[in-house]
Amino acid sequence: MAGFILIAVAAFFFPGIILRTKSIASGRKGPGIFQPLKDVSVLLRKGSVFSDTTGLIFRIAPSVTLVSAAGAMMLLPFAEQKALLSFEGDFILFAYLLALGKFFTIIAALDTGSSFEGMGASREALFSMLVEPAFFVLMATFAMFTGYTSFSVIFNHFFITGNDYVLIYSIIGAYLLAQIAMVENSRLPVDDPKTHLELTMIHEVMILDYSGFDKALIHIGTWLKFTIYGSLIYNLVVPAGWNLFLKIGLFFAVQALFAVVIGFTESFRARNKMNKNPKFILTLSAIALIGFTVILILTDKLA
Amino acid sequence: MFSSVAFLVILLLTLPVFAIPRTLKYTYTLGLMVAGMVLTSAWSMAVLGGEAPVKEIALFAPAAGSRVVLVIDQLTAFFILVINFAVLIGFLHARGYLAPYEQRMNSLRFSIHYFSYMWLWLSMLMVVMIRDGLSFLIVWEIMALSSFFLVIFEAEERSVMKTGISYLIQMHVGMFFILVAFLVVQDTTGEMSFDALGEYFASNRNLPLFMLFFAGFAIKAGFIPLHTWLPEAHPAAPSHVSGVMSGVMIKMGIYGILRVLIPMQSDLLVTGVIILLVSLLSGVMGVMMAIVQNDLKRMLAWSTIENVGIIGIGIGLGVIGLALDKTALALLGFAGGLLHLLNHSLFKSLLFFNAGSVYHAAHTRNMEQTGGLMKRMPRTAILFLIGSLAISGLPPFNGFISEYIIYMGMFNSLSGATLYHSILIVGSVAALALIGGLAIFCFTRAFGIVFLGEPRTEKAGNAREVNSSMIIPQLVTVALILITGLASPLVVKPVFGIVARMWDIAGLPLVTGAFTANLAHISLAGGILTVLLAALLLYRRYHLARRSVTAGPTWGCGYTAATPRMQYTATSFAYNYNHLAKPLLQNRKEMDEIGEGEIFPRKRSFMSRSDDFFKRVLIDRPTDLTAGLLKKIAVMQTGQIRHYILYAFLFMLLVLLLAMLKIM
Repeated sequence: MAGFILIAVAAFFFPGIILRTKSIASGRKGPGIFQPLKDVSVLLRKGSVFSDTTGLIFRIAPSVTLVSAAGAMMLLPFAEQKALLSFEGDFILFAYLLALGKFFTIIAALDTGSSFEGMGASREALFSMLVEPAFFVLMATFAMFTGYTSFSVIFNHFFITGNDYVLIYSIIGAYLLAQIAMVENSRLPVDDPKTHLELTMIHEVMILDYSGFDKALIHIGTWLKFTIYGSLIYNLVVPAGWNLFLKIGLFFAVQALFAVVIGFTESFRARNKMNKNPKFILTLSAIALIGFTVILILTDKLA
Repeated sequence: MFSSVAFLVILLLTLPVFAIPRTLKYTYTLGLMVAGMVLTSAWSMAVLGGEAPVKEIALFAPAAGSRVVLVIDQLTAFFILVINFAVLIGFLHARGYLAPYEQRMNSLRFSIHYFSYMWLWLSMLMVVMIRDGLSFLIVWEIMALSSFFLVIFEAEERSVMKTGISYLIQMHVGMFFILVAFLVVQDTTGEMSFDALGEYFASNRNLPLFMLFFAGFAIKAGFIPLHTWLPEAHPAAPSHVSGVMSGVMIKMGIYGILRVLIPMQSDLLVTGVIILLVSLLSGVMGVMMAIVQNDLKRMLAWSTIENVGIIGIGIGLGVIGLALDKTALALLGFAGGLLHLLNHSLFKSLLFFNAGSVYHAAHTRNMEQTGGLMKRMPRTAILFLIGSLAISGLPPFNGFISEYIIYMGMFNSLSGATLYHSILIVGSVAALALIGGLAIFCFTRAFGIVFLGEPRTEKAGNAREVNSSMIIPQLVTVALILITGLASPLVVKPVFGIVARMWDIAGLPLVTGAFTANLAHISLAGGILTVLLAALLLYRRYHLARRSVTAGPTWGCGYTAATPRMQYTATSFAYNYNHLAKPLLQNRKEMDEIGEGEIFPRKRSFMSRSDDFFKRVLIDRPTDLTAGLLKKIAVMQTGQIRHYILYAFLFMLLVLLLAMLKIM
């Protein structure tokens, strides 16, 4: 339960921190940290415009995506606190729930009959398909290392295996999760949310036709997905067994740091050329395999 | 006694379908099939219920020396239920599908069709029930023949007939392998039967015989590289037939593989690894090819190969589990494979039926000529969406459950695994994850292009919803998909039971007990999320009702004269992917570039296609070579009698020479 609430709370600050970082980095005065929240509250008060071409899928997709993200949140633990739902192999459900949300985002884009949104849908489908193996190899490695197959238990046993070099894998895992989060959320270097031209967009172009309530849901879903990955990273780098308040503090610190890193990346890095993206994403799977090799060495299987 | 007589009577009663008046044919066939299904399902329920571990029914009096005995064990009982369900739903769907053909085709054609349909069903039942080798081969042959007649329903189309013949030939290649395998068994043990396999395996090397059987059965199942008949035959057949063929008939190959695996005693590790590797190849290649297809049914056919791959991954893991004495892996692997087999028979037949509905309504199977069908046929669209979500393995549908079980088998076996084993398993995990991702790509494309957006052609624009007789049977399938997805322990427990009893896996209650708890959690998550979604959608409705909701055109980036032709197409959706997969798929473009001096370019054509590498290398190239060789030999065929006399003379001379030199 604690995990669920903390992730939800962190999600309110997350986009604002990215925004602040970017404005500071580019020397602008920039909006306040709560600007994204204000934007969403405006959206919630507005009416909606629907394209004549769209139908049921377009209307239910944002809700499905948000609920699937909430479902993924239910599976995440916070330190020793078990997740709302914790069972063997919960991370499989986690990955497939996020995929369910993606499925609906993609077909909703196709529902508009727009060539731009079709283009975005095609790209998003391709990129999210390529990133799937990286996450599963990462989790398989955890399962192999700790001997458990549930988020809660894996994270609790990760640091007490008595292996001093486990931090190496922590770092690889954290890096990988951060990168996967960037791909899943369509941020730099795969996609630039601030790009001004439809032709160069991926995620933004898929939601061009949304307005009002549905668009607000999409924004909230994106924030949640950030903090979901942020909390995975937290669980990976902070050992269990510390003081609870310290851990809550650290949780927000990790999330904030993650947001700042995203903000800096987006300030100083250009987006990949579109046809370079598959290579970039496949590299993540390669890094996951490196992590797997590291664990093989740590467990003396490969000496 | 009653059982055998009743079964024989049903076999005989298939004949009168030729004599029955046209209007009653359908009802007669349906009635007969329902009777047969009640009978055989009762048998399998008795076995699954534990009344007797194995039920034996001698078809003819044993005194006559007959070896035709129907043997029903756990595995057979499972398959009987799967067959009966898919065949029944297929036939209910057939009524609506065949209606437009009523005027065009004469009564005899319908009789042949119904007759073949019944015999496909009966032969499949007998394939899983008969243990005697010779009888097995006979019913296996009947299965191939009856499905051949079903495929060539529209025989006046040249391509259909050609496909049918090629299908028939490839089925016989498969049968040849099985025949040889049986002969090997007979040679050693003196008995030609599945029951003799245990004796054979006890005293001989296991792998060679298994490979013989595997080659034969894998052709039926559609494992790459033996799949080449499948993407051709499925699109050619009428939809209810493709549904049944893809849903259950190819699973007879899986059944055969399992039947041979059960008595195996050695070489298990290498067997498991072979099955696993072939299945991984089938899974990845199958879905990769599915993505580039523009023919809706051909896409589904390739996706069948993918799913056979997933089933095979489960079975391969199960065998590896047996070999390494890892109970959990064996149990979860086999159970995941069997459950995926059941699931696939549900959602794939659903998808094929809907593809048939699309064909009926829009008169095309080409995705590029459809579009916007969800507005025109909403019920078909929802059914297709459910099928798509299920086949992509997304929760809370049944495909997720079977993939979850297979994943769990892999993850569970990882702790304490050896180097070789862990590399193998992690590779499989990555491949299965990739298959899942590709399936999502494939089915968002299929659903989005066919049902969403605006119609790309006039005929798609004029499409109307098919009548309820085609929809209602599918609702039953959807109900089962949802039950398996949301209340998985109900279905998974019996499957675990079957696996444990077939392979004598010890420590079963330990594994199942804990595992069912996981499934219960998944069901709980599914329930919670469904409620959450419903609540959110209700609130959304309330929210929007109090605000202005207006309609407008789709945002065209400032361009206001957008036409349906500007939409993304099936090809353009797969363009990026195509680019990436080029080295593997060898997709080719055929076009002529515009020349330098060509100021006003003339009309030209552009074609792109993706060839099946394995078909080219394994089927096309050898047949082309043989045909070329035979053409050269045909020079001898001059049509002049003196030449033929000369050949006879030369032949006699040769025999004489050989005799004189004592070579013969």
